[in-house]
Amino acid sequence: MIDSLPPGWVLIVGALIIPLLKGKLQSAWMLLLPILGFAQLLTLEHGNHGQLELFGYQLTLLRVDRLSLIFGYIFHLAAFLSVLYALHVRDVRQHVSGMMYAGSAIGAVFAGDFLTLFIYWEITAISSVYLIWASETERSYRAGMRYLVIQVGSGVLLLSGVILHFQATGSLAFENLIGPSGDLGSAGPGVVLIFIAFGIKCAFPLLHNWLQDSYPEATVTGTVFLSAFTTKLAVYALARAFAGTEILIWIGVTMTLFPVLFAVIENDLRRVLAYSLNNQLGFMVVGIGVGTEMALNGTVAHAFCHILYKALLFMSMGAVLHRVGTIKATELGGLYKSMPWTAAFCMVGAASISAFPLFSGFISKSLILSAVAEEHLVIIWIGLLIASAGVMEHSGIKIPFFAFFAHDSGKRCKEAPWNMLLAMGIAATLCVLIGTFPSALYSLLPYTVDYQPYTSSHVVTQLQLLLFAALAFAVLMKTRIYPPEVASTNIDSDWVYRKALPSLTGSVARVGGGAWNALMATLGRGLAAIRQGLNKLYGPQGIFARNWTTGSITLRVALMLGGYLLFYFVF
Amino acid sequence: MTQRHDEPQRWLDDPKHVEWIFRVLVGACVVLVGIDFFLHRHAHFAWEAIPGFYGIFGFIAFWVIVIIGKNLRKILMRREDYYDR
Repeated sequence: MIDSLPPGWVLIVGALIIPLLKGKLQSAWMLLLPILGFAQLLTLEHGNHGQLELFGYQLTLLRVDRLSLIFGYIFHLAAFLSVLYALHVRDVRQHVSGMMYAGSAIGAVFAGDFLTLFIYWEITAISSVYLIWASETERSYRAGMRYLVIQVGSGVLLLSGVILHFQATGSLAFENLIGPSGDLGSAGPGVVLIFIAFGIKCAFPLLHNWLQDSYPEATVTGTVFLSAFTTKLAVYALARAFAGTEILIWIGVTMTLFPVLFAVIENDLRRVLAYSLNNQLGFMVVGIGVGTEMALNGTVAHAFCHILYKALLFMSMGAVLHRVGTIKATELGGLYKSMPWTAAFCMVGAASISAFPLFSGFISKSLILSAVAEEHLVIIWIGLLIASAGVMEHSGIKIPFFAFFAHDSGKRCKEAPWNMLLAMGIAATLCVLIGTFPSALYSLLPYTVDYQPYTSSHVVTQLQLLLFAALAFAVLMKTRIYPPEVASTNIDSDWVYRKALPSLTGSVARVGGGAWNALMATLGRGLAAIRQGLNKLYGPQGIFARNWTTGSITLRVALMLGGYLLFYFVF
Repeated sequence: MTQRHDEPQRWLDDPKHVEWIFRVLVGACVVLVGIDFFLHRHAHFAWEAIPGFYGIFGFIAFWVIVIIGKNLRKILMRREDYYDR
């Protein structure tokens, strides 16, 4: 039986107690849960625990190694910061939902078999959708529905893949499925289904749009929760099962590039961050595809840093939305005057994601880029460098510039609430600490790190890339070539199921309905003609009406005798 | 600029100061390229040895991204309530 409570259950069970508590006690309890869960992680010993046999299936509820532990640490940290940021929220259902969501993501990371993973996989989907619905708008209701269908659908694909994989191999173990060849094409259908299920949650190109669709519709605090767990759980799952799968390199580099273009023209700043999140996942996916120890270290380090600075950026934009009531770039600007602390924290997040030296992105992204360079993947390396300039564009400059500077919108508001500021402050401090003293994070990575990010050449080249990108922005603004923000919707792949398919089914219904009506009308006319003919013979004015009753009886008897004859003949 | 008259002018409100920031940025870029001539670099690819390579790359990449994004609007942009109707 289970010799130790799987991590995540502290949060899941603890979440059920939240509604029973009130006021300060409730707040204290919510802040305590991630700390308790974190403390539990420190007591765990490496290895497989909680192994049990269920209906002949070998399950491993708890697998502890360096890869699962570091994701466990950062998920608890993210849960703590998200709870702190949401502390002022009165809607207790959001607290329960967020806590269960974090708990199930943590549980999934420690799952040692695919069946256990599947169960947590679905709980993350179901528990998190309320964070979107809690916005209580028509848009958020619809976006939440789409989110739920796609997330649960990814779980169904996962389960189908696991069943096929089990039939083929007899194993449920959640381990590398791809082997040293790294070729997905030669893998079994079950493995391919599992790959697609992970790909949906990881927002692969064309499977990505649920992310940009739903995250910006969630509540101010809900988006911070959402930004941390779902996609990084998928990154973990890919790193666990598909490390070294070559196609991931190409998928990853595509993911770093195309969202950048959408981010340039997007007006909703939280949606800009969702595109940016997609782009950051691309760097991690490339690292998984390369699959060397250095690349995987890079992916894990980048996931760790990314959760912190992405949460920080979503927190700062959430604070703006909370205070101003809008997050559209067209309606913002000059807010540094009202929200100086939020602006400063946002700029720390922007510097971290852009990978400025002394900030966290610098020490994690460079691991991935160096691993790519060491494998001499020239095209990929150039792609990632272009994407790095793109990160500078949308997250480094656009987010802080259009919200806090640019032209003064004349809007004045209060600074963010204390709990939001504290959460942002802690996240910002961690971004700087990790960036300045990387060895602490490096010591937690799955493999030994033999890498020095702070060489003079690396610092100079990175500063060149970023400052010249900033210069390009300045010139584009001065010459008015930079596209002005426009209140608009930009269509993306979700257009297929939000517009094209509904209108297609609409046309099918119209055409099909028309054809059905025409068919019915023809049939009706035919029947009417027959009825008219019968009426002519047997109706009141018909020939047989001269001896009406006898005539009709004759007909009926003739029909009955005919029927009897037929019946007798057949049997 | 929507400068409110009931509050003191900030340092950044003065266009002169914004111009200063721009010049500092240009200066920093020049210095960074200058350093490149003296710095020995461990390069994976030959072109990394060109002085100012990363700067030129960053500038052009940024520029191209913005221009492509701007032109994508012609294909992708719809009314704000496009999906709500």
